[in-house]
This record gives sequence, C-alpha cells and structure tokens, in this order.
Amino acid sequence: MAELRPPAVALEGVAKRFGAVVALRGVSLTVAEGEFVCFLGPSGCGKTTLLRIVAGLERQNVGVVRMAGRDVSGLPPSQRNYGIVFQSYALFPNLTVARNVAYGLETRRLGRARVEARVDELLDLVHLRAHKQRYPAQLSGGEQQRVALARALAPSPSLLLLDEPLSALDARVRLALRLEMKALQRRLGISTIMVTHDQEEALTMADRIVVMNHGVVEQIGTPADIYTEPASLFVARFVGHMNLWPAVADAQPGRARVGALTLRHRPAAGVSPGEAVTLGIRPEEVRVGAAAREADNRLTARVTTVQFQGAFTRLALTGLGDGALPLECDVAATALAELGLKEGAEVPVALAPEALRAFPGPPPAEG
Amino acid sequence: MAIAVPRSAVRRRVDGERWLRHGLLAVFALFLYVFLAWPMAQIAWRSLLDNQGRFIGLANYVRYVSTPAIGVSITNSLVVSLAAMMITVAVAFVYAYALARTRLPGRGLFRLVAMLPIFAPSLVSAIAFVYAFGNNGIVTRQTGVNIGIYGAKGIVLAEVFYCFPHAMLILMAALAAADARLYDAAAALGASRVKTFMTVTLPGVKYGLMSACFVVFTLVITDFGVPKVVGGKFSVMATEIYNQVIGQQNFTMGATVSVVLLIPAALACVIDRIVQRRQYALVSSSARPLAPGGGRLSRVLLFVYCALVAGGILGIYGVIFGASIVTRWPYNFALTLKHYRFDTIGGYTPLLNSVWVAALTAVVGTVITFAGAYLVEKTRTRARGVLYMLSLLPVAVPGMVLGLAYIFVFNAAGSVLNRLYGTLAILVISNLIHYFTVPFLTATTSLKQMDAEFENVSASLGVPFYRTVWRVTVPIALPSIVGISMYFFLNAMVTLSAVVFLVAPGTELAAVAVLLLDDAGESAQATAMSVLIIGIGLLTRLVYWALLRGVTRRTQAWTMSTQEPAAGS
Repeated sequence: MAELRPPAVALEGVAKRFGAVVALRGVSLTVAEGEFVCFLGPSGCGKTTLLRIVAGLERQNVGVVRMAGRDVSGLPPSQRNYGIVFQSYALFPNLTVARNVAYGLETRRLGRARVEARVDELLDLVHLRAHKQRYPAQLSGGEQQRVALARALAPSPSLLLLDEPLSALDARVRLALRLEMKALQRRLGISTIMVTHDQEEALTMADRIVVMNHGVVEQIGTPADIYTEPASLFVARFVGHMNLWPAVADAQPGRARVGALTLRHRPAAGVSPGEAVTLGIRPEEVRVGAAAREADNRLTARVTTVQFQGAFTRLALTGLGDGALPLECDVAATALAELGLKEGAEVPVALAPEALRAFPGPPPAEG
Repeated sequence: MAIAVPRSAVRRRVDGERWLRHGLLAVFALFLYVFLAWPMAQIAWRSLLDNQGRFIGLANYVRYVSTPAIGVSITNSLVVSLAAMMITVAVAFVYAYALARTRLPGRGLFRLVAMLPIFAPSLVSAIAFVYAFGNNGIVTRQTGVNIGIYGAKGIVLAEVFYCFPHAMLILMAALAAADARLYDAAAALGASRVKTFMTVTLPGVKYGLMSACFVVFTLVITDFGVPKVVGGKFSVMATEIYNQVIGQQNFTMGATVSVVLLIPAALACVIDRIVQRRQYALVSSSARPLAPGGGRLSRVLLFVYCALVAGGILGIYGVIFGASIVTRWPYNFALTLKHYRFDTIGGYTPLLNSVWVAALTAVVGTVITFAGAYLVEKTRTRARGVLYMLSLLPVAVPGMVLGLAYIFVFNAAGSVLNRLYGTLAILVISNLIHYFTVPFLTATTSLKQMDAEFENVSASLGVPFYRTVWRVTVPIALPSIVGISMYFFLNAMVTLSAVVFLVAPGTELAAVAVLLLDDAGESAQATAMSVLIIGIGLLTRLVYWALLRGVTRRTQAWTMSTQEPAAGS
C-alpha cells in the first residue's frame, strides 16, 4: 500500500563541497513520519553537514530537501519548522531555564499565560520544573541538555534534529539520557534525526540507521539489519566488532580459500572466482569446543590470550591460514567454565557458513 | 563515485532578515571605505603629485630624503623612538615586576599612580618638563643646572613618561601569567635566583617584552604633541608633517612624509600582532598561577624604586597643577584661579566641545565597532576578509596621517563630503577611525567566546537575529561594551594628532587648546586646561568603574554558578 502522507524529510541527491573538499556526494534518503533516524559515521564522513543542510544552516550545492512534501531547499532555517539540539547545548547563559524554554514562544504572540503554561508543560516533560528559575550555569550537563531539548520542542516543531546531543556528557548520564530521550520521542511521536559517531547510541536509539563514510551513504537499515547484514566492509568494521581475513574466491560460488583451507560462506554479491575477498565473522558467532565438533568450516586453533571482560570472555586464537591469522571469539562466562580453557591450549573452532560473510576486495591495511 | 558537484551553492530565497543583515554590512563597508580606505588612498596618491596637481612620480620622495633640512626628520624620529622605547621598557619592567611578583605594600596605589599619564594628552608631560627643567624651570633655577631640555633629550624624557603606563600594563599582564610549576622545577634543580630569572622569568615574558617595545615605539614615532612642545629645532616626522602642511602649505610634501611615517608604524603593528598571538599560546591551560614572593632585601629595594618612579609621576602632575593655580610660575607663587578663565581662547567652549565629542565618539563608536564586529563575525560573506583587514588597518595609521588624509578628502572643492569639514561630526568620525581597531578586536574576541550556535538555535526557533542580539549577545558582552565606550571616551579626550588638522573656528578642542595656548606663550592657561582634561578623565574612569560593578552585579549574575536562585517569582 502506498503511503498517504509524504515522509517527514526526503533528501534527493544532496551534494556539498567546501572549496576543494567534497563533503557529500549525492545523498538520497527519507525519514518517515514519527521515525527516529540516526546518521552514523566516523568524524569527517559528512553526517553533521547533512544534518545542517536539513536544518538550512548550510546550503547544499545540488539536491532537493523536502519536509512533509514541501520543497524547502531554498528556505532559511526560520521557515523550516524544526527544533534543534546541539552538542554544546547552546543555552543562553543570561536567561533562566524558563526564559530559555520560552525563547521560541515569545515571538509568537501567544500571550503570557499560554507561554507560561507551555513552559511548565515542557519542563514537566523533562523533569526540570523545580529548576525553572535557575541559570544554565547552575545545572549539570545532563540537565542543561534536557533544557535544550525542552527549548527545541517548545514551539511544537514537526521535526527534531539532534547534533551529537550526548557526546559532551559523562558515560553514566549518557546512558540514562539515551533512554529518556528515546522514550520522549516515542511519546511525542516526533520525527527525529540524530547525528552520532557512537554506534552503540545509534543501535539502541534509532528506528533506522544511515551509515555514512566519505560523504556517501554506505547502508540504510534497522539496527538489526545493520548489525547482522552489513552491506559493505566499512559497515561491518564500523558497527560492532568483526574478524576479517584475506581470502581468495573459489571457482565454486559460496566458497573461498584461506591458505590451505577452503571455507563455505554466505552467498555474496560482486565476488568473482580467483579474486581477492575478505571473509568476516563476529566474535560471538564463532563456535568453540563441543559446539564446534559437528559444524561445518571446522579447524583447530591455539589459544594465545584469555581476556576476561565481565559478562563474557574474549579469546584470542591463532590457527587459520597456515596458523598465522588471528581469530577472536567471545564466550559467555558460564560456557568458559565448561570449556576449561587455558592459554596455549588447542581447541576445535567452527565458523558457521551462515555467519561467515564475504566482501569483495582485500581487507584494509590497518587491522 | 564520481558525481559533479558545482562550485556554487543553491540559491537561497531572500528574506527580510538577510536583506537587513547584508544591508547593514554594506553600510559598515561603506563607512570604512569613505572614512578610511578612500582617505588613505588619497594621501598615497597626493604624495605622487606636485602642488599644482601634476603627476611627478616619486620626485617628492627623492626630494624628501635628499634635502637635509627635512630628510633628517627620518633619522631623528627613529633615534628618539628607539631611545624612548628602551628606557621606557626597562623602567616599566622593574616596576611591573615589583607589582606583579612581590607582595609590596601599597601596590594598588603604585598601580593607580602609574596609570595617571593615560589621562592626559601627550604634550602635557612635555609642558611639565619645560616647567621643571626648562630655561626658567623650577629645577633649573633652584640648582642652576640647565640640562638643555629642548631637543632630543626632552622628547625622550617626556615620551618615557607618557608611554610608561602602556608598557607597564603589557608587562604586568605578561608577568602575571607565569606558571608556578616552572619555578618549582627550577628550585628543585637547585638553580640560583639569577639563573632562574634568566632561564624562566625572561623567556616567559619575552613576547610581552617585545610587545611592549613595539607599542612604545609606535606611540613615540607617531606622537606629535611632545616634539611640538619640547622639540625646539629638533624635527621629527610627525612635526615635519605639521610644518609642511600648516607652516608652508606644502600639502604634497606633507603627504610624502606621511607615507614614509606609515612604514615603521605599520611594520611595528604587524609584528606586534604576530607576537601577541604567540604570547597567548605560551600560557597553557594547566598552568598553576605563581604566588608573589621575594626576599626582604629585594622588597625594600623594589619599594624604594617604585616610590621613586611614582613620586616622579606625581611630581610631574604636581608641577602642572601647581603652575595652573599660581600667578606666574616660577616668579610669583601667589594662588589664583585666573588661568582657569581661559580668556584668550574665549572660555570653556573647547572643553565642552571635547566632552561632547568624546561622549559622541563613545556612543557612536561603541555601536559601530560592536555592530561591525558582529556583522563581520556572524555573517557569511565573501567580503568578510576584506572588512576584517580594513578594521585592523587604523591601528597602524598615525593620527597625523589620518588628519591630513581627511583634509584631502573633506576639504576638497566640489565634494559632497565637504559639508562635514569644520563640524564636530568630522572630529567624532576621525576619532572613531583613529581608535577603531582595539575596540573592534575587543568586540570580536567577546563574540568569539560565545557559542557559535546561538544564532542557529534562534533561527530554528523562528526568532529574528536582531532580537537575539538584544536579548542574549549584548547582555553577555556588556562588560566589554562598557570597556569599549570608556576606551573611546578617554582617548577622544586626550587625542591631538588627528584632530589638530580638523578643528575649525567653533569646533576647538581642549587638547588642541593646550597646544595653541602653549604655542602662544600662555602656558599657565595650557596647564589649567590640562588639569581639567585630566580631572574629567579621572572622573569618567571612576564613573565607569562604578557602572561596571553595577553591570556585573545585575546582568552577569548568571556567571556565579553557585548562587541560589531568587525565591518565588
């Protein structure tokens, strides 16, 4: 069934250059009504530039920006109807919390009582009503960011833009605020775009993630998609952890050779026989010990280090590709006790074909 | 993935706010063009013409350097500037060291006294030296020793006095920014006090020292008042411009000397800016401030030193004040107020003009520099670099050069700008441009310290930029704004060099009156006028001090993060 309502945001072939540097190379995507989308990528990938183009704070060189079906490409920020929260909070230090939240309402001729009511409503929403008369400098970082959020939401915008809103906060505050912001977004049902370089943040908060690199969209998908079905080597490396080895595609499709070993892998596109490929598997997908005995893609590996990490233990192994290539796998604490592994021990290992992915080309130089 | 990305961005629909912003920016650019760029271009062009307006290439320059009578002003200027620079910085360094690095009793008072010369036109110190050491000076008569004050010696002495506070402020700032960790390390390594001074103290303030040198050098080489009063036959470039223009009506030679004077002044300014940037980089954010110390003996010695210097400064002012209230210095010491009647110049008009011009300069100057800095800083435009450079230019332009340039532009037959000539407005404008750079940079710095996203947040909330300027930007920057207006006011009260060419019947100014009275042999009235200028300056400083305290308490309450919010409301 075709959607009746146009998407909250639609970008069509947006490109941007700063002098000689091309920051965005033709980006197209949509954000559905009420959806939470994350732009994820390393610094310099163009995610912030893209957000600022949506906001109208930066002008694209080509491309169209639509909001709720309306072409806003040439409109100034004030005519686009969104709220924005910056990493630096950008709260007005000389105004109280209440005046900050009321800032966008005061020019709208609402009348004092209605402005005050709306301010109270929003401060309740972010649990800061008690701090109404304080100045920003008297609040903690997390509280300041919640005020910034309330200020952005006060004029009831149809879109919320978040520019690395949690990056300046302590780890614990960050986790709490992550949940709070997500819950708030659900409750209000406001379409939201958040820029972040923190993959965990993106995976926990987003409905869909846009992974970007070098001004190009690498993949768009749900967090589960991105994690389990990375569309490219870049996505596989950037989101989560993955073992990667150089291999050569076999004449038989779905197989690749690593040294003397031939491994079966998931069907992959763009792989032709005799050419270099990269095989990858996530540490938690590697089977060790008894679980590996019956499985396909079996080999014997030697444990080099056992690294206790709390909920699980990471084993560093060697044994692949003439015994030289490293292989990491994660074992739950309970399973480790059963295995009884020590450093130097030999252990059967299986790389399940349905988990082993093949990407065209050799792995990048850095490990 | 190769896609063609065009160089130009998509067109933005032009809305009212952008019109306003760019319109204001255009007005600012026009202001700088008409009152700075165009006059400077004029003076450069005039130096290539003869007095009949014919183009003669570099002939004026050739004549300037090859005519001994006028060419000597170049070397004279350089000699007195370098001498005054070395003496001032040396004297000010020890003074600043005593104030910044030891717990000397009476430091506050010493600091205050050292600042006094800032409140007087430069020529006041020269007049005081004449009263003390001139042919009929009190010291000369008491001791019978005539040190020969007229000439290079007198210029250097009076300039040291005049430049002292400027050098001291820079050096105090540099000395106060010391990192105690370096001294701890030196002590732990067993370095002697001399060695510590040579290896830690001096390198730590080397940029401050250099900056002080450049500032003093520029002040001296561009100063007109001191050499005019005490220079006698010793001609320097600033007085040479005056002689050529006022004395001989040789405008083109005046322009030629001006362009030559521009070179060392501009050079010193450029190097000073580079050096200042280094000084900031030298202080790391993790530095621990140094607690003042010093042994007993050094404190006694430094106290005696400071007392001597401060006493000298007070003595000079004492001479000025004394001369203004006695019947005829040094023959008749009967007290009188008759010099305060200013009968030869028609009473108090010049002083009132000065206060009025200074007040207008303060108000208009503050608005223009702050608005200009805001527009240049916060508007994305290709003109930004040019406007920024133009705003930095005035600091390198000597007042005499600016004044002469204004004659060329505003006293030209058939120009619409001619209407400004002979008005108070032209005096205000010349002060604005003459003292433009420091306030502009102060405003720019305070704007840069604000979060760059303030404007973006406002735009996203649909609030026009001018409302945010009024509600957020200006309140946050209020302390700098108050400082800027004081800077304009005090400088406009004491400046002489640019306005000396621009005053006209009805628009006389106090500082120019001091010069004319002294020239006419009415030096008692000149000292009386000086006393009033200084008095108004000190009073203004006091008012501003109170104002700033009020401003800080009321509008900057939010900076005190521990303060509890007011109950209720």
